[in-house]
Amino acid sequence: MSECLLELKGIYKSFGGVKALQDIYLQVFAGEVLCLAGENGCGKSTLIKIISGFYRPDQGSIFLNGKEHAQMQLREAIREGIQIVYQDFSVFPNLTVYENIAVNTMVVNRRKIVRRKEMMTIAGQALEKLGADIPLHAIVEDLSVANKQLVAIARAILNNAKIIVFDEPTSALTGKEVKELFKVIRSLKEQGISILFVSHKLDEMFDICDRISILSNGKNVIDGPISDFDKKKLVYYMTGKEYQEKSLAGKVQSSSPLLEVENLGLEGYFKNISFQVYPGEVLGITGLLGSGRTELAKAIYGLLPADTGTIRIEGKEITVRSAAQGLANHISYVPEDRLTEALFMEQSITGNIVLQSIKKVSQNGMFQKPEAGKQAAHWVEHLHIKTQEPENPVSTLSGGNQQKVVLARNLMSNPKLLILNCPTVGVDIGSKMEISLLIQQVAKEGMAVILISDDPDEILTNCRRFLMMKNGKIQQEYKSSDYTDSTLYAELIR
Amino acid sequence: MKKQRNETMLLIVMGIVIVIISLINPQFLTAYNLIDMLRSSIVDGIFAIGAMTVLISGGIDISFPVIGAFSMYTTTILFQAIGYEGNVILPMLTAALMGIGLGALNALFIHVFKIPTFIATLGTSNIISGLLLTFIGSKAIMNLPKGFTAFSKSSLLTVPAQVGKSSLPAAFLLLIAVAVTAWFILNHTMLGRGVFAVGGNITAAQRVGFSVGLIQLFIYCFAGCVAGIAGLTHTCLVRTSNPFDVIGTELTIIAAVVLGGTNITGGRGTVRGTLLGVFMITVISNSLIMIGISTYWQRAVLGLLIICSVTISAFQNKKKNLSRLHIQKAGGQR
Repeated sequence: MSECLLELKGIYKSFGGVKALQDIYLQVFAGEVLCLAGENGCGKSTLIKIISGFYRPDQGSIFLNGKEHAQMQLREAIREGIQIVYQDFSVFPNLTVYENIAVNTMVVNRRKIVRRKEMMTIAGQALEKLGADIPLHAIVEDLSVANKQLVAIARAILNNAKIIVFDEPTSALTGKEVKELFKVIRSLKEQGISILFVSHKLDEMFDICDRISILSNGKNVIDGPISDFDKKKLVYYMTGKEYQEKSLAGKVQSSSPLLEVENLGLEGYFKNISFQVYPGEVLGITGLLGSGRTELAKAIYGLLPADTGTIRIEGKEITVRSAAQGLANHISYVPEDRLTEALFMEQSITGNIVLQSIKKVSQNGMFQKPEAGKQAAHWVEHLHIKTQEPENPVSTLSGGNQQKVVLARNLMSNPKLLILNCPTVGVDIGSKMEISLLIQQVAKEGMAVILISDDPDEILTNCRRFLMMKNGKIQQEYKSSDYTDSTLYAELIR
Repeated sequence: MKKQRNETMLLIVMGIVIVIISLINPQFLTAYNLIDMLRSSIVDGIFAIGAMTVLISGGIDISFPVIGAFSMYTTTILFQAIGYEGNVILPMLTAALMGIGLGALNALFIHVFKIPTFIATLGTSNIISGLLLTFIGSKAIMNLPKGFTAFSKSSLLTVPAQVGKSSLPAAFLLLIAVAVTAWFILNHTMLGRGVFAVGGNITAAQRVGFSVGLIQLFIYCFAGCVAGIAGLTHTCLVRTSNPFDVIGTELTIIAAVVLGGTNITGGRGTVRGTLLGVFMITVISNSLIMIGISTYWQRAVLGLLIICSVTISAFQNKKKNLSRLHIQKAGGQR
């Protein structure tokens, strides 16, 4: 095997008594793509922060290029060629592309005066290396998500990067953009740069990685060449549970639709949308980012009222021009981005759960805290939300558990129609499986569910039939039994 | 691109206002009135440069007028007490140093104790004004050291007015100097880019290796320093040292900065825009007086102006987002 660039030995790290990492061992070899896998909260992020010099380990040693660095600093790590492409990209939205790319080099070299020409040259070369065509003078906030990421990558490959850590790089990208990203990663690998790819998406791991190292609860579970694993094994090592591949979808329970949408349209977003959802059914709606899928969901719920068309619930026409009206008509909506659209991160788990059903935990207009605690505890147990204390802020939970808090809130309001917009984005596999089971369970109890997702696996697992949206229109209705993950994916990006 | 559009817009609006006012009252567009307006923009302009720097970094400083008042008043008393006879340079440096010290206090609370900037500066502004009024005094001082009055009398340009004459004081050069310094630091030093970086994304700034603590120390010390200079300049120009003259001007000045295109949430702002914003506000209050409208209306007009300008830029953003959406869609169809 080629030389070992980075070696971590016996790394321990705890935060206030909670052991985040215990006796971690990790090697990164030159020119390989190593996948660091594990469920949310398994210690991946902490480990990355130790590698980047952001945290110091409590115990253990870090060998970089054969040299030991006991107390690695952020700038030192950068000088030694370690770069991180963060999940949130860590770009400066207000600055130009070239400044974003070159700023790191300037800061690390302790420059005092700005030399724009030099910065532009550096940035231009970096973009060229990536084969990216982004105007240097553009302001970063005007770029698409994929281009923002390219800017972050361009910044990372400067400073003689030897190891680039990609922290869940695909979570905000569309399928096409993921393909482009993988091309970039492969070309970096050819240039001799090692990649540490952090992800919990199985398909991506098989697609891009040479080797995999799995963590669970802050400990090493197993590592080895990716060819030694299959999906089942990976899921087992990551979650300790068996992987289910068969469709879960149940039967429609009534011949009269719960929701009928007719010729719904919203200028600039979607038009001529008609479909029905029956009680007990999970209807899939798939489509890429920007296809109008989110706007359609918001229109049915009332957040983004439609211009034309009708919506009927149980045969009765309804007007939804606000979320309050949506709720009054027993519609509940789980938004795409739980962080900015759903959760109050610093508020308690209990507070977040009872929020939509505050009347149920009030008497004579007064909030009853004990009752709220009781009800929330029920949901925490029912949905297996992993927490010691429901009074803790939601920000203490992992992504999967946060999403369960959102679901608990929506279910507590007792809707007849539940609209889920990409409910498992950024959620680990274990929680994803639990959420699927939960969706099926509420459908079985008679709820109608609309599941919006661009994850073929999720659609095929949960739905018997699904619709596809492209450019604001519904293409046609599909049967899940006619498709596999890859054929559906091909159809989606066609 | 956006900030330039904002400045152009401001210039157009200012042009329209000037044309209308000078049609109503031809006195408005005369050399001496213009000079008067420049003169009354000096102090606010200096204050505004400091306030802008803080806003760019994503913070908000409401303590600067109090810092200015404290520095100018204490400096005046000090130099009066020692019977100072020299020129204004030494007092100016003293006031600036006091401002730096008080600014460092802000930075301490903000960086070390992680207090939100608004709360931290609200706190320090109360502490400082309390200390000033209790221990140092609050009575207006008319009897200034000779150097102060000499400074206010030194003139760059004098034109005859209706009654007497109107002159542009040498203090105008001070405004220019502060503006050029700020412009140079913000645009041509890594420190200045660090201010923008912190305002754009503070976590990212940390991650690429900026010393956020030092940058914040600089920002608040700079704002304090500039406030000290502005305060003493005010004392010289009006030939009275009265703390209550400057205390309470923070919102008008922040309004001028925002009007000049500085983003209230940080990351964006230009020296040129800020100066334009300050001048715009002077033009408005001056013109309202010229056409005989009560000065009480000034605040209402100012408020209206701010809301209009922010609404317009919000509207433009919305349009821009919509067109971006269509571009993305067109891209999807390919």
